[in-house]
Formats: sequence, C-alpha cells, structure tokens
Amino acid sequence: MMRLWVPLGILLTWGIMAIGSHILPLTPNTIDLTHILIGPNQNSWLGFDELGRSIADRLITGASTSFFVALSVVALGILIGGTLGIASGYFSEWVDQIFVRIVDIMLAFPGLLLAIALAGALGPGIENVVFALVIVGWVGYARLARGQVLALKHADHVIAAQAMGASPWRIMSKHLFPLITAPLIIEVSFGIAGAIIAEAGLSFLGLGVQPPEASWGSMIRDGTRYMLVAPHLVLIPGLTLMVVVLAANLLGDWLRDWLDVKEPKMRK
Amino acid sequence: MSHFILKRIFSALVGLLGVISLVFFLIHMIPGDPIDVMLGESALTADRESLRQGLGLHLPLYEQWWNYMTALAHADFGQSLFSGRPILDLLLERMPATLHLSITAVAIAIIIALPLGLLAATRQHSIYDYGSMGFALFGMSIPNFWMGPLLILVGALWLGWFPVSGRQGWNAVILPALTLGTAMAAILARMIRSSLLETLGEDFLRTARAKGLSSIHTIVIHALPNALLPVLTLLGLQLGGLLGGAVITETVFAWPGLGLLMIEAIQQRDYPVVQAAVLCISMTYIVVNLLTDLLYAWLDPRINWQNP
Repeated sequence: MMRLWVPLGILLTWGIMAIGSHILPLTPNTIDLTHILIGPNQNSWLGFDELGRSIADRLITGASTSFFVALSVVALGILIGGTLGIASGYFSEWVDQIFVRIVDIMLAFPGLLLAIALAGALGPGIENVVFALVIVGWVGYARLARGQVLALKHADHVIAAQAMGASPWRIMSKHLFPLITAPLIIEVSFGIAGAIIAEAGLSFLGLGVQPPEASWGSMIRDGTRYMLVAPHLVLIPGLTLMVVVLAANLLGDWLRDWLDVKEPKMRK
Repeated sequence: MSHFILKRIFSALVGLLGVISLVFFLIHMIPGDPIDVMLGESALTADRESLRQGLGLHLPLYEQWWNYMTALAHADFGQSLFSGRPILDLLLERMPATLHLSITAVAIAIIIALPLGLLAATRQHSIYDYGSMGFALFGMSIPNFWMGPLLILVGALWLGWFPVSGRQGWNAVILPALTLGTAMAAILARMIRSSLLETLGEDFLRTARAKGLSSIHTIVIHALPNALLPVLTLLGLQLGGLLGGAVITETVFAWPGLGLLMIEAIQQRDYPVVQAAVLCISMTYIVVNLLTDLLYAWLDPRINWQNP
C-alpha cells in the first residue's frame, strides 16, 4: 500500500501548495538585500535567493505554476487527443488514414524539440508554454485511444448498440470511452510527470514564465550562477521537482500494475 | 528485401516532407512580423516594403512554402537574419559537436543499462533487481537541467576533474554526456529487464539449460541476442528524446552544438535559423529510426520481407 499512498500524498501536497499559493500571504517577489544568499537556518528553513527573496515562498508559487501547466496540458491533451483518437478508430477508412498520417508526422519529431521551438517562436508566457506542450502532447493520447477503440469496436456490446440504432456519438461516448479510461488514466499519470519536467525545462531556457514570477525551472537557472557559494538555490527547487516527478511516475507504475490485473503473468 | 527497404525509405521521405511543412506553417502562423524583428518597429514603410519584396514575404503562404521547399531541395536553407551568414554553414559548423555528444551519451547509456538490466532480470525480486529498478526510476525522474548543474558542482567545481563548460579538451564531453545518457540508461535498463525476463521463460532456454550449458553461456549466447532485438527499436525511438534533451544539456554546458544554436537563434528571434535547426535535428532522428528499422530487419531473419 506504500506504493500508492506515498506518491499520492506527495502529489496532494503539491496540489495543496499550488492552491495555497493563492490564499497564503506569501511574498515571493519581495526583494530584501539584507538577506542575499543566506542558506537554510532556524528562522527560515529554506533560506533566501540572490535577491534576498524567500525561497520557501517562491517554491510554493512555483508549485502553482507547474500545477497549472501540468493540469491544463494533460486535460487539453486528453480532450483533443482522446476525441480525435476515438473518432478515428471508430470511423476507420479515410478519416483514419489521414489521422494516422498526421500522427506519424507528429511522432517523427523529437517532442521536446518542437515544444522548445514553438514556445521560442511564440514568445515567453505561461499560456504559450501550455499551447506548445498541448500541440506536442495530444498525439500520445490520440494514438492510445485509437488503438484501444480499434480493439473494442467489434465487441458484442458495440454491435448490439449499433443494431439498436444508437448514434455514433452515443456509441463513442457511452460504450467506448468508459472502457478505455483505464489505460488513459495510466497515461495521464506519466503525462503529468512529463509536463512538469517540460514546463520547468522551458522555464529553465527562459521560455516559460517571466521574471519575477517563480517557476522551479527558472529558480534552478537563476541559482546556477551562485552554485559555488549558495548551492541551496539549485538544490532545493531541483529536489522538489524531482520528488514530485518521481511521485507521478511511481503512481503511474502502481496504476499500471493495479489496472492490468488480467495479465496472465500477474496471476502466476 | 529491397522492396521492404524502398518502402521504408519512401515512408521516411513522406515523414520528412510532413515535418518540413509542419515546421514551416507553424512558424509562419505565429503572430508577429519578421520585418519588425529585422528593421525595428520604427523603420520607414518604404524600407519595410522593399525588404518584404526582397525576402518574398509578400507572396501568398503556399507560394512561400513552394519557394522554401525548392530552395531546400538545393540544400539552400537561406541566411541568418542575425549574422547574414548562410544557414547551411552554421549547421555544418555545429553538427559535429551534437553528434559527438549524442553518440557518447548513447554509449554511456548502454554501458550503464546493460549490466543493470542483466542483473535485475537474472536475479528477479532480489536486492539487485530492486536497486537497479530504483535507479531507473530515479534516472527517469531527474531532469537534465538539474542533473547538469549538479554534475558541474561536483565534477568540475569541487573535484576539478572536468571543465565547467565548453568543448575544450577530451574530457569536456563526459559531464554533458552523462547528463544526457542517464535518462536514456534508465529507460533502457527497464526495457532490457522486461525483455530478458520474457526471453528467459522461452522453451529454447529451458532446452539450453537442460543440455547442461552454464548459466552465463545460456544468458549471454542464447538469451541476450533475442532479448536485445526489441531494445534496439526502443533505442532508436529514445534517440528522439535524447536529441530534444540535447538542446537543454547543450545550454547548461555551453556545448557548441545544434541545440545551443537553436536557443541562441530563439533569443535573437532569428527564425530561419530556428526552423533550420529543428529540421536538421528532426532529420537526424528520422534517418536514425530508418537505420534502426533496417538493422532490425537485417538482424531478425523471422521478419517477413513482403509484409513486415
């Protein structure tokens, strides 16, 4: 049970930090030159950065950035990719042919590379990061949904629904979608991990949120210049980022084992 | 077999055409006028128009696309808006550094992943198994823009064994390649483990053991070659992630490759160079995947040439 509750607890904390950043009286952008580069101590657990800003406050604000981006990217990806994938798998023939071509081309790109180029061309800003990551990310969900629907669309209950005159929309939403949620949920978990890393990566490159707004990625970038004198500037946001990503990956692993109970290897 | 190769090359070409067009249209659909970037917003209208005519930007989009494609077919990528140099020269200048880094990273990934995967699969559910897979999970979750600075801190600043950045000296490649290779090693190790576990359950391995072969002999000679086939395909696909990650890693280490060229071009809003760098990296990826597929088909005689 540890495999479920520890990652879940970490991800919940992440969400609470993200929501809390809008409620708590934080001062992530307040510059205090008397506190420059002070390390963790008894009065402030996480210390201060190169402008004397509280790292704890910036960390919590950064959680909000990554939470917002990860959730939007995954939700939009599922919405666009899932819908297109299900429709393509269900209708087959020429719709499917075009769809498969598009997916093949999208997959011919190194995903992160395209996201970096798009975010760079669009200019900095969190909406642009979401846009770039959705453009790259929907393909995975679409391919997954299509594959699942292809395997399911000749199932008895689908044929029965067709015989009763159900509309394609009804069949796709009521008879196919509920059956493919399990693999999609697993994909969502890994998708969240990927989106967090991608957002932080873009912010690290200066293509994400703009200063003085905080992102874990931009905190790492700003901190690298002071690494020798104040390694905590790099260590703290990086460790936080890694723990959250690890939790999302672990949850995905757990879900995969848990939802795949029918696999014969597991029964042995 | 030649039929299969031709078919595969054809589909790679179609993919390439799609990639080029997609990048072209995405870059051109983005709001903002490249003329503003080049001349500044205060430029005279007459100057702007003459430059627009000169660059062919007044033409309809599909004509611009056609002109771009014909130019590309002549290996003409255009000129950098920033330095005015031919982009092809810039690409050729930066290409060797990226290849150097990527190949070293792949080598490091294989060196790390092979023993880990082997150990995990042959001693399933042991401490070695959990240790290797725990490492793999860490490797997958550690972002390279954090791992890079950490390696610099330890390997360059504290120990002083490696240069902090740049490409001077034979050992400069170690830290960036390690950064880039770790994530790949993690995924490879997991794949090698599951593939090897599957192979170890096969009948022919039971036969090999039954006829008295040593366990090392069975694993290395009989199991490993079969288990590594699916890993090969993954290696090709993972290279895409590696090339994308190379952009960040090159930035961290100021490694003068295509990725750094792209980031510099983004900062200077030099869109033709961004476009060309994306194309160049994507082309490398497509070619590597083509070669992987061909290699796979050549290594596994069971593949049906007519209908693979």
